[in-house]
Amino acid sequence: MAQAIPFTIESFYKFVGEGKLMAAKCNKCGYVSLPPKPMCPKCLTKDLSWVELKNRGKLLSYTVIHVSPAQFQSICPYILGIMKLEDGPNLIGMVRGIETSKINIGMSLTVDFDKSLPSQWPSWPRYFFKP
Amino acid sequence: MVGKPLVSIISAGMSKFGKIDGMYGRELFAEAAKEAYERCPNLNPKKNIKALFIGMMGESFEHQGHTGPTVADWAGLLPISAYRTESACSSSATALRCGMFAVLSGMADVVMVGGVEKMTHRATADVTEILATASDFPFEQWNGATFPGLFAIVATAHMHKYGTKEEQMAMVAVKNHHHGAMNLKAHMQKEITLEQAMASRVVAWPLKLYDCSLITDGASCLILTKPNLAKKFTDTPVHIIGSGQASDTIGLYERNDFTSLKAGKLAAQEAYKMADITPDKVDVAEVHDCFTIAEIIAYEDLGFCKPGKGGPFIENGDSQIGGKVAVNTSGGLKAKGHPVGATGTAQAYEIYEQLTEHGERRQVKGAEIGLTHNIGGLGATGVVHIFRRD
Repeated sequence: MAQAIPFTIESFYKFVGEGKLMAAKCNKCGYVSLPPKPMCPKCLTKDLSWVELKNRGKLLSYTVIHVSPAQFQSICPYILGIMKLEDGPNLIGMVRGIETSKINIGMSLTVDFDKSLPSQWPSWPRYFFKP
Repeated sequence: MVGKPLVSIISAGMSKFGKIDGMYGRELFAEAAKEAYERCPNLNPKKNIKALFIGMMGESFEHQGHTGPTVADWAGLLPISAYRTESACSSSATALRCGMFAVLSGMADVVMVGGVEKMTHRATADVTEILATASDFPFEQWNGATFPGLFAIVATAHMHKYGTKEEQMAMVAVKNHHHGAMNLKAHMQKEITLEQAMASRVVAWPLKLYDCSLITDGASCLILTKPNLAKKFTDTPVHIIGSGQASDTIGLYERNDFTSLKAGKLAAQEAYKMADITPDKVDVAEVHDCFTIAEIIAYEDLGFCKPGKGGPFIENGDSQIGGKVAVNTSGGLKAKGHPVGATGTAQAYEIYEQLTEHGERRQVKGAEIGLTHNIGGLGATGVVHIFRRD
């Protein structure tokens, strides 16, 4: 039963491992929070449900990172973007599978999943964006 | 004159900013405190100062937490109560507000507020990682975000929405280096050209090396008291007449608009209202130029120009000394340097210098009203203070 799953970031990433983009929807005011928060930040209720979001949206803004933290150096330069999902909330992630010269604000993107788990904390699968 | 004094600054101190080898943070803070004591001979620090509020961001830099009592000891202030505040790059602006709360509540007549950070002894990759803790971990850092990267997303959005140019961002760097070249305490006291700035290597497109502030060691402090006691200590107090602070989401991506930093804007509105002034009354401002795009957005969020007009504002020379409002006369975070925990009160230190006519070659003639604008992280904290001369 989905409602028994706590509204936490840990749960969000468990769903990512199942290939699902899940957010917390407030049953009172309808606000959809992504990341899921255990209390609705708008009306302060804990009466929430999980909703699955469509994995489509549009790119709002982006950068090409040339100087990265150590663990990302092997894939540098890479594109980091924020997309607006069709269902409302925004999400930040890497944009893969496109040349940096071809990217532009407003382009359509989909969210895909890389379910392999890192061995160290935090052992979360990854989502990413692609054209 | 506008604005009722809330608290008064009776002295201020700042260490040299730069790569200060062989000195720990606490020793840098002692240097700042010593200057503040020496400039205020009527103050008996051990007798008068009743509490210390210190901003510092990262324990990891020096493997040292519990900063309050540590710097209180090195500043010769044991056994007074000492408090550390942390709000990333705005940690000491938050300390200043807490010091104001203490004075305004009547709990303490005289307090010291300040900040410190020791950074340059660490490898750049380590510094980048420690600073990144001020951004969201589970979504932003987890996906490879860096601070320059997040501000670059802001820059891309601003360029797309308003037509802001990379050259205009580079002009902020050129101006602030020009100002910093006149500040003997600045980290980088040298001019740069627009060509140099534009040709520097890309860190996170569209931001290049010269769009980024410096990794710096430094400390700064102020001594505050009640306005009615200020003249006991000095003939030239500087009064704080407005103060505002606001919070926003830790994740940039959660916001509707990336072209403005709402917490900074709300803090400014609160401070202007308290000070009973409009933005055009500000003569000199120290704003948060952690990246050049942040200064352009600060012009807009502070009401120095309309939203979207920050690019033309720098291009027209409106923010240089002699322009509509002299912005970052100290050299800003860009050239004076950005020891993150020390920045908030270092901005106030520059305003104190300007309003007491100690600005030397960078003095803004006749400056009456000053403003500081300090941003924590990617704008999850915004703090604005407004000052006037006595």
